[in-house]
Amino acid sequence: MNPLAGCLLVSALLFSVGLAGALTRRSAILVLAGIELMLNAANLNFIAFWRYGTHVHGAADPMTGLILVIFSIAVAAAEAAVGLALILAIYRFARTSDVSEMTELQG
Amino acid sequence: MTLRRLVHCALALTVAFAGLAALYLNLGAEFAGLAQLLVYVGAIAILIVFAILLTRGGEGGEEPSFSPASLAGVVVALAVFAVLAWAVETSGVAHAVPAPAAPEASMREIGLALMQRYVLPLEVIALMLTAAMIGAVILALREKQTNVAPEPSAPESPELRA
Repeated sequence: MNPLAGCLLVSALLFSVGLAGALTRRSAILVLAGIELMLNAANLNFIAFWRYGTHVHGAADPMTGLILVIFSIAVAAAEAAVGLALILAIYRFARTSDVSEMTELQG
Repeated sequence: MTLRRLVHCALALTVAFAGLAALYLNLGAEFAGLAQLLVYVGAIAILIVFAILLTRGGEGGEEPSFSPASLAGVVVALAVFAVLAWAVETSGVAHAVPAPAAPEASMREIGLALMQRYVLPLEVIALMLTAAMIGAVILALREKQTNVAPEPSAPESPELRA
């Protein structure tokens, strides 16, 4: 197994752990943490392919993966800030951060 | 993700982010690794800890629940991991010859690329970060204002009166 496959397997493991956390935990903060883990797994894939992939000379910018990761980190930071602010607002409204007790919109 | 107390989960998450930053540095992406360290370990971990503090989630902790829903979640995650690992193994990636040297990406080149080729995405991301920051502040402040303002005359929310 070469390093690229190793990185991809680590990334798949991170994604699975994040998915399990987002699906099973009932605290909204941990659901957000699981989503962050999944975003990080995608970033790791970008970095791995940027590092080990074959770059065609002259075809594209060789730094596309790296730039994309930097933008992705910025988007994740914004997402985390807004998500945690939403969790705080919901907590002030419903006095709970448990996603299974937020049944206001349930049909 | 299986720890019971929220604070321990946040700590484990921080350790995972730091390890990922080390992996980025190991893969030759210095700028991304340092940005990961600054943003995730520095900012998002602190944000999560403050959110736990403000929602009083650190007290007690939730009891471990083995409901069918959580079991289904674990099964789905394991299935996703199995499919991803199978895809990695059966694709040509596992047996391809990796590039011997890391592509050139010094700080100077990243800066030049950000300022020349990727100027428009950079501006868009700056605008989006500003909007997200303002939105977060408004979201976090709104309830306090509505709580403070009608207090002398109007009754408070039912939960507070009960």
